Amino acid sequence: MSQLSVKHLLGIKYLQPADIELIFETADHFKEVINRTIKKVPSLRDVTIANLFFENSTRTKLSFELAQKRLSADVINFSVGQSSVKKGETLIDTVNNILSMKVDMVVMRHPNPGASVFLANNVNSCIINAGDGTHEHPTQALLDTYSIRERLGDVAGKKVVIVGDILHSRVALSNIFALQKLGAEVKVCGPKSLLPKHIEAVGVGIETDLRKALNWCDVANMLRVQNERMDASYFPSTREYSQQFGIDMPLLDSLDKQIVIMHPGPINRGVEITSDVADSDHAIILDQVENGVAIRMAVMYLLASKIQ
Amino acid sequence: MSQKVLLNATEITIILNRLACQLIETHLDFSNTVLVGLQPRGIYVAKRLAALLTEEYGIKNLQLGYLDITFFRDDFRRGDKVLNASKNEMEVAVEDKKVVLIDDVLYTGRSIRAALTAIQSYGRPSEIELLTLIDRRFSRHLPIQPNYRGRQVDVIKNEKVIVSWKEVDGKDVIYMVNK
Repeated sequence: MSQLSVKHLLGIKYLQPADIELIFETADHFKEVINRTIKKVPSLRDVTIANLFFENSTRTKLSFELAQKRLSADVINFSVGQSSVKKGETLIDTVNNILSMKVDMVVMRHPNPGASVFLANNVNSCIINAGDGTHEHPTQALLDTYSIRERLGDVAGKKVVIVGDILHSRVALSNIFALQKLGAEVKVCGPKSLLPKHIEAVGVGIETDLRKALNWCDVANMLRVQNERMDASYFPSTREYSQQFGIDMPLLDSLDKQIVIMHPGPINRGVEITSDVADSDHAIILDQVENGVAIRMAVMYLLASKIQ
Repeated sequence: MSQKVLLNATEITIILNRLACQLIETHLDFSNTVLVGLQPRGIYVAKRLAALLTEEYGIKNLQLGYLDITFFRDDFRRGDKVLNASKNEMEVAVEDKKVVLIDDVLYTGRSIRAALTAIQSYGRPSEIELLTLIDRRFSRHLPIQPNYRGRQVDVIKNEKVIVSWKEVDGKDVIYMVNK
């Protein structure tokens, strides 16, 4: 397969396994590019990309912007803080106004689930979802599975546990889809209050005992507790959460095997994982960040080739 | 679709030997030279030449790399074809070296233009030369000519030159097809 089956990247749900493989193969080439003396290629020099961030972001925004610059695209940035959205402009109006400045591609983060699908149906541009509420965060899932493939050779047949706040996490949902499409086995682990009802319907196992989950898995993806999305108390205290669902070095050492630790960032050090775990050889957290640039270059390169 | 053989296996061997000798004439012991085969098909010419130089002509420590030019091409988003990349294997340093770009067929010159830009991301070579096995005369879009050429051929626009190699395609032969 030489091109993607989709025109937008709205979620992993809409991708075929072959699409993911193609993105990985292309990312391999870009990973080599970003390790050269001159880390830039001219492929997208006639493409203009708008980064619309209706919600805060540090690494995703930086990573997208760097990927765009490495591809020689022209970039405009938009953050909701300094925009007319505050004056009551609708999403479609905002985006159409930006598109009339001849923008070819839109990277959007939005607090509402489904915002990117809505946009793709209503405006005439190529849309990349950089996280929509608690729905999906496809590039994060792609870079996570790509990092697993890099560390363990393959994703198929691997056992992955996603630990923490599954309820509020778009990373969890996208990861579940991506891992399943690539043939991995997935479990989620966390306090019952942070696991969505009927999560087993998407074909994942549930485990509420972290030690058991870690002994089962090859990879543990530790999600951040998203205090900002919590409208109620989901667990008694941070201290209790970290005692039950946080990983420290003694816990890792007591396992029967060596496992890989991932974290999508930003880390709450001492809550999900302790500092010594985050900085140990088990963790591939910084590899994830590096791979994020290569993956995003691959996604934008492949989608740009489909722009008419 | 008609086919005409341009070069058979014996002729290819003779030409490769001649090209190897011409390279030695200019580059002597190759201590300051890097051979760079262009992906995807130029790498087979480069491999053959490198094997000849090392085995037949006793050149030691020959430096060989493979360069992919996909991301530097000027026809991205200009055709129906999606451009898929091949692997770069440029473990050799090109800074201040004499680089010989190696490809199988020189046609419009656009790939070579892309290669000239692509090689820069690995450093600044002191000189860049071009070697091609087949040179399609009168079809250049850019002012690019080879320093070393295997065979010059006259091929019109709707004809295509196919280079097939024993190691990948079953036999050594170069033919022309009418599309």
